[in-house]
Amino acid sequence: MTAIQTNEREKLIASANTLRWEIGENIHDSIIETIYTEAAKIANKAVRVKEQKKKYSYDQAIDRIVTSKWLGFPIMFFLLAVVFWVTIEGANVPSGLIASLLVDTLHPILKNFIASVGIPNWINGVMIDGAYLAMAWVISVMLPPMAIFFPLFTLLEDFGYLPRVAFNMDNLYRKVGAHGKQALTMTMGFGCNAAGIIATRIIDSPRERIIAIITNNFSLCNGRWPTQILIATIFIGGAVPAYFAGLVSAAAVVGIALLGIIFSLVVSWGLSKTILKGEASAFSLELPPYRPPRILRTLYTSLIDRTIFVLWRAVVFAIPAGIVIWLVANITIGETSIAEHFTNWTDPFALIVGLNGVIFLAYIIAIPANEIVVPTVLMLTVLVAGIAGVGSGSGVMFELDSVADTSAILHAGGWTVLTGINLMLFSLLHNPCSTTIYTIYKETKSVKWTVISTILPVIMGFAVCFFVAQVWRLIAGS
Amino acid sequence: MIDQNKCETCPVHNTGNLKRLGINMDKFDFVVALSGNPNTGKSTVFNNLTGLKQHTGNWPGKTVTRAEGGFEFNKNRYKLIDLPGTYSLLSTSTDEEIARDFILFGQPDVTVVVVDATRLERNLNLVLQVLEITDRAIICLNLIDEAKRREIEIDDRALARDLGIPVIPTQARQGIGIPELLKSIEDVVTGKFICKPYRIAGSSKGLTKAVENLTEKVKNQFPGLPNARWVALRLLEGDQKIIDAIRSGEISGIVKRNSVEENIVAV
Repeated sequence: MTAIQTNEREKLIASANTLRWEIGENIHDSIIETIYTEAAKIANKAVRVKEQKKKYSYDQAIDRIVTSKWLGFPIMFFLLAVVFWVTIEGANVPSGLIASLLVDTLHPILKNFIASVGIPNWINGVMIDGAYLAMAWVISVMLPPMAIFFPLFTLLEDFGYLPRVAFNMDNLYRKVGAHGKQALTMTMGFGCNAAGIIATRIIDSPRERIIAIITNNFSLCNGRWPTQILIATIFIGGAVPAYFAGLVSAAAVVGIALLGIIFSLVVSWGLSKTILKGEASAFSLELPPYRPPRILRTLYTSLIDRTIFVLWRAVVFAIPAGIVIWLVANITIGETSIAEHFTNWTDPFALIVGLNGVIFLAYIIAIPANEIVVPTVLMLTVLVAGIAGVGSGSGVMFELDSVADTSAILHAGGWTVLTGINLMLFSLLHNPCSTTIYTIYKETKSVKWTVISTILPVIMGFAVCFFVAQVWRLIAGS
Repeated sequence: MIDQNKCETCPVHNTGNLKRLGINMDKFDFVVALSGNPNTGKSTVFNNLTGLKQHTGNWPGKTVTRAEGGFEFNKNRYKLIDLPGTYSLLSTSTDEEIARDFILFGQPDVTVVVVDATRLERNLNLVLQVLEITDRAIICLNLIDEAKRREIEIDDRALARDLGIPVIPTQARQGIGIPELLKSIEDVVTGKFICKPYRIAGSSKGLTKAVENLTEKVKNQFPGLPNARWVALRLLEGDQKIIDAIRSGEISGIVKRNSVEENIVAV
């Protein structure tokens, strides 16, 4: 850009300023005012509303209940709980079926086939025990819950319930200095944080948008539900009498989800009082009419647009992760594998925060996709604890058929109820997955905010786990 | 000839000539922008015309980026752009900027404003703003079934007369009114129907003069900038974003970003 050009542009801006002074009225306001009055005039001419009796009391009656002061939140939690419960219950059987097909049946066939055509063992290991199994696990764990969760969630959305959720939560978010619409993006985050972060585009103020982006990670996403459910079933459910187990472990998962909402409020408050100071901006949220959901249409779009799309992305990330898992478990330095070196080295520190080195390593490997945390943890535990006779050999990612088997391995690996609770907390509070991190960068175009969004939850996770571990040990006296 | 005219007024004829092209939008003849307030059914209209299955949701702010698709009607190929819903064109959030910049600088051949029949007055605010910056627009008066349910009657012909543009009542969810909408789009882009858009009266003489004066200057500085008048008006209002865009010369960049030929297909 030449100096002359710059000069000319400044002149243009200057003459605009002069003209503005000459006219002397508030142009912006007067234009808006004109638009509003004209719109009202034209609309009045064209619209005839018949005597309104109680015609659309149907919508209003529902709204009065679902957004009421006392019933709004309980109904919201109830609906979400039902959606999650149906997802958890419904996904179990198909997950098992897919796992037995892909892992138990297809895996040995593939492995034998590759061995029979004379491909070296290590390639067989990397490709089949690493990449293929990682993909198989992600499909069997993610596909069924997503195929149930997304349509249910989309039905709620199509019906018009989501804006009511935002309406209920809006006040809370405004009180902590964030944007009311953050309630909506948070809800989206329950499905997928990356989707939630893209949804923050509906927030106008950059300050509030950054807050919404940083705190979206506190919405437990699809990838983390299975971890929560499994660990809750083993450690929380296992600690109470059997007839309570199901209820208590479900309550524990809902509790973690609630904790996430509380964290998102607290962190939003903290941010808006420190590095992102400012007033909450006002906004008007339209409550759209309830519309009968189009069920077939919803099934189709939520399956194609959401389920397959998300699954595909997960598979793409899981394949390299599977290769890494196989490699760290099988490449040895001295007598021990890289994985064991790492866990031995981090164990002392990890124990202070009530976790263990295996969990650390699993989280590092699972950055690409949260859903592979549990299988990685199991596989590494077997390796480190040296349990013989489970799984299909070292470095093979596997899922055990029963919760009891999983439980036995974890207990043998030195896990306690504390480890379980802290794993659930750490699963809530840790860095976002790589897709989400990338999305944050794409949306904010700022390395600074990306780093903050990534590091902040990890620091909080360590702090919370440390705190819980200390209190636990004080009480338990060990 | 007479017979053919009869055919053309029959809705069956129109949908018969509609070929949904999905994301195939090579060699399009015309560009159609879909705008409107949030949650009025833009994406539903979009899916209806393109045969795509863009996810629709019953909440404001569902579409945050613009989606594109194609359709063919009476041998003409159209590219359809689904813009994020906006209440106005004067706002600052990312999704609303995307919509505004496209109508302003993407130079669509026609802008279809999808309007919620149950909330006509508020929706008209946007319509009037759209008419300020484009000559060719159509109102797709959607959700008329809901309006009927609430016993709201809209005289669409009076509305069309007042605004100077076609007004097509539709129920996009059921596909009702879509053939008429197609016909109307064709009429406007081919010049068969000349819009005489209603422009906000009452701006003072001083203002009009100042805008004209500044528009000239903007045109001199940035030749080929579409909607120089709008840029001038925003400058006059002291819109900091526009001032910055002028200062950095980025204003031409906005135009380039929005020119349809260079778009990445985003569905």
